[in-house]
Amino acid sequence: MVAAANLQDTPAVASVWQWLAQVSDPEIPVLSIVDLGLVRAVGYEDQTCVVTITPTYSGCPAMLVIESDIRRALRGHGVGRLRVDTRLSPAWTTDWLTPAGRDALRRYGIAPPEGNAAGLCGLARRAPAAAVSCPRCGARDTEAVSQFGSTPCKALHRCRACGEPFDYFKPH
Amino acid sequence: MDRFLFEYVLRLADSGLILSQRLAQWCGHGPALEEDLALTNVSLDLLGQARMWYALAGAVEGAGRDEDALAFLRDAAQFRNYLLVEQDNGHYGDTMVRQFFFDTWHYLLLERLGGSGQKDIAAIAEKSLKEVAYHARRSGDIVVRLGDGTDESHAKMQAAVDAIWRYTGELFVDDEVTADMASRRWAPMHDELRPAWLDHVARVLAQATLAAPDSIQADHPAHRGGIVGRHTEALGYLLAEMQYLQRAYPGASW
Repeated sequence: MVAAANLQDTPAVASVWQWLAQVSDPEIPVLSIVDLGLVRAVGYEDQTCVVTITPTYSGCPAMLVIESDIRRALRGHGVGRLRVDTRLSPAWTTDWLTPAGRDALRRYGIAPPEGNAAGLCGLARRAPAAAVSCPRCGARDTEAVSQFGSTPCKALHRCRACGEPFDYFKPH
Repeated sequence: MDRFLFEYVLRLADSGLILSQRLAQWCGHGPALEEDLALTNVSLDLLGQARMWYALAGAVEGAGRDEDALAFLRDAAQFRNYLLVEQDNGHYGDTMVRQFFFDTWHYLLLERLGGSGQKDIAAIAEKSLKEVAYHARRSGDIVVRLGDGTDESHAKMQAAVDAIWRYTGELFVDDEVTADMASRRWAPMHDELRPAWLDHVARVLAQATLAAPDSIQADHPAHRGGIVGRHTEALGYLLAEMQYLQRAYPGASW
């Protein structure tokens, strides 16, 4: 394996994407950073592999871990020279979550964001009171308990049908 | 160095950091677990935003000061935050009124800065705006709930509004810094934000059955000066606590 890795210090961009898809979010291990929409671009400048990522929330402490996980993963696959750039604009949105990512969240017990995040960003505008489905029993009869959960990206909800509390990945 | 750009960005960075520190003081003391979580999450958002502004300020200054040097190694007179954000937390209602006044202004300002001709400012503002929209809706909701609550919560909220109102005028002060930024279309004149701020605040206060003080009461010169380094006593105590470790153990790292 090691010998094979050494042969290719500028692997194909498609391979790099595949390897990045195996790097998971440290807070939500079932979600890869590609499914989360954090990886915005992969390319080469001269012989240096450049991975461009974007932060989820400004203060999310996972970003530092994610960057070092990217370095470790790609070095393990024999990427020689690597640079990780951060891009702020366009700002990350949950609309970039892939369908696979949404399914993984649901299976993990976190309700994926409902509806489109675009247009939510207003001083007085509200997210429509669209029912959030319980990730455990699927019931739409749920209520918000707290606008923030264990991480900035989540809120705390409760299912009135099965009684379970659950995290909701907020549309952002 | 682009002095006006540096000063302007520092105002945003310092205001975010100081309010973040104030909210973090609630950690473990919130009136309910959910509120504790919310305040510290808002604090975290503001800290993340402040770090982006400090990184930009440090780059503009070009003197080798990074975000830590700017946050931890300056004294009160070098801080450029608005007086509003350094005020003591008081009780939970005081904190939420201060937050609501700030969030509303912050939202309106970031909305304009998102269209800034300076691309770093525009990117940080675009990123922050979505977080601040959530803050503003939440603090507005709490103001309504507590204002239109029991007789006791109503009285406490009205007293909080009356006491904190005086620090809101500074948010709309223009000087050579904002004028220079506006002339380059990098930021709005802050006075332009005031009608929309008053409008939104009046609507929420009315919904909360609270009386809005006359805006003239926010314009006394004694209640401004933070953005040029003239602070209230509260800031020194806050910095003493926040900067202790880096001052006592210079260069300390985890």
